[in-house]
Amino acid sequence: MGAISLRNIVKRYGIGPKANQVIHGVDAEIGDGEFVVIVGPSGCGKSTLLRMVAGLEEITSGEITIAGKVVNDKEPSERDIAMVFQNYALYPHMTVFDNMAYGLRIAKVPVAEIRTRVDQAAKILELGAFLARKPRELSGGQRQRVAMGRAIVRKPAVFLFDEPLSNLDAKLRAQTRLEIQKLHGELRTTSLFVTHDQVEAMTLAERMIVMNAGRIEQIGTPDEVYHRPATTFVAAFIGSPPMNLVRGRASGAGFQAGGQLLPLAAPTPRDGELVVGVRPEHVELVDQLSAATWPLRVQALEMLGAERLVYGTLGETLFTVRLDATAPHPKIGDVVGLRAAPEHLHWFDAATSARVTARPLATTAAP
Amino acid sequence: MVERRPLLTFLTHAVLLVGVVIVAFPVYLTFVASTHTAQDIVQAPMPIVPGDQFLHNYAAALTGSEKGAGSGAPVGRMMWVSLVSALVISIGKIAISLLSAFAIVYFRFPFRMFFFWAIFITLMLPVEVRIFPTYKVISDLHMLNSYAGLTVPLIASATATFLFRQFFLTVPDELVEAARVDGAGPMRFFKDVLVPLSATSIAALFVIQFIYGWNQYLWPLLVTTEESMYPVVIGIKRMIAGGDAQNAWNLVMATAILAMLPPALVVVLMQKWFVKGLVDTEK
Repeated sequence: MGAISLRNIVKRYGIGPKANQVIHGVDAEIGDGEFVVIVGPSGCGKSTLLRMVAGLEEITSGEITIAGKVVNDKEPSERDIAMVFQNYALYPHMTVFDNMAYGLRIAKVPVAEIRTRVDQAAKILELGAFLARKPRELSGGQRQRVAMGRAIVRKPAVFLFDEPLSNLDAKLRAQTRLEIQKLHGELRTTSLFVTHDQVEAMTLAERMIVMNAGRIEQIGTPDEVYHRPATTFVAAFIGSPPMNLVRGRASGAGFQAGGQLLPLAAPTPRDGELVVGVRPEHVELVDQLSAATWPLRVQALEMLGAERLVYGTLGETLFTVRLDATAPHPKIGDVVGLRAAPEHLHWFDAATSARVTARPLATTAAP
Repeated sequence: MVERRPLLTFLTHAVLLVGVVIVAFPVYLTFVASTHTAQDIVQAPMPIVPGDQFLHNYAAALTGSEKGAGSGAPVGRMMWVSLVSALVISIGKIAISLLSAFAIVYFRFPFRMFFFWAIFITLMLPVEVRIFPTYKVISDLHMLNSYAGLTVPLIASATATFLFRQFFLTVPDELVEAARVDGAGPMRFFKDVLVPLSATSIAALFVIQFIYGWNQYLWPLLVTTEESMYPVVIGIKRMIAGGDAQNAWNLVMATAILAMLPPALVVVLMQKWFVKGLVDTEK
């Protein structure tokens, strides 16, 4: 069984002043049996990080250990890992059985043992009827399952998934997501799963690592990441539609955003340049504008079936509100009042974009 | 294009038939001539239906038991020499090209691009261009009148290397990575994945190179001086004496048909692979 630990991982392509650094010192601990999802926009380095764990990319500096052993200089096959690739990477000329058995044959596992392991995996993945087929005779979903079967039969300490669902259609993706969840429930093998899809990340992850531009923005459970985003990036990246972020200046009187003074029910955590975030579903619409509400000028409406999105501007900032489809809704051009409970407001430092928690105690209780 | 015009259908078929006749008639005549006695062939007009000397002529040609004005060397031996040379050339070329393309595509070594271009530039230097220096080398190495002399200079091939390189470049990188995760070393990957994937290219190349090897004329003419090492293509020429000599045309024609058979057979047998290669796009 395998815990993974990443210590100050750096990846640089090229050498000298022209070197292109894509990963800037990443630290993470992944517990034994945990399912961790790395999520981030394309180009954030999440795949590179996974490939470094797999041993397919060299590590410029830092240290990766799997099950307590440093694996920096080990070949992928010596790391006790199995990987599922985005395009499955099945050997086109081999049957499903041979595809799954290939790694075991190289490892010189006895023939009878190979047979039982492949049959077992085929049973779990419902591939029994296809063992004699070639990959090209299978559908996308079946190929995906063969790729997972190839990983399972090796009984590795760690599963690595590199966007394995992105070549499937929406329905199959949802179904495969559930299968992966079920599979992890049965096998309890440490899994590292890379995706750019936040729904995949939220549903699959026990813990998620949100990455941006080669750095980790936040590590936490989907709950934590959703309800307590550590940076404005995480706040805007996780959640659909994304969190509303309004930049302004906090003072005792309230929050001055552009030309608009926004009244607050509770004091801001501190004074100065801040960004306030509030999720579209955490805002209430009130018809009457009052001293306690934020004025929203409605510009567009979108009906999505179960919910309705109201787009408008708050001062100069674009702002989205999510309403139940059955709730009364304003018309385009209306100016309506918004109200958000203080516990639903997220505060970030405007300069560092990091979360600001509470008013520093030092100001009130100086020694 | 689907067109229903009877006249056009008639015309296209007529053109095709004329084409077939133009190509096939000389071959047919060669066959007819190979089944008559030498006297019958030189009559005017020449017979155009097969005669009754088929078995006799072919046996005579293969064993060299009958002799006209030219050489009467047994064709059986020459066919063997041709077959061995053509096989060694085609298999040798494929083996060397596969390995060198593998090296160029999958390994990072110093002067990789230099080697690639060095191989590529030799495309401009076929055997005919470098025939005298090559002859000097082969003769200094005492390889005249040997299978090695007949085949080795023809094996090095830039075309095939280039073809395999282009094919290897289309093999997805993930396949290499999957093999690495599975624990396959480079040669294992080459043997288990790359070569099976190249099967159709190999088959196509084999056909082309076999015919190329079989049809060699100039080079064997230079490096062989003994009758026992002549390939059949030279044999045909040597059976014909110049001037008004009494050539055994029936045997010459039988030899020509015999010389035509193996390449034709290779094409017919390997055709299935071509079609398979075109239908399957497994990658």
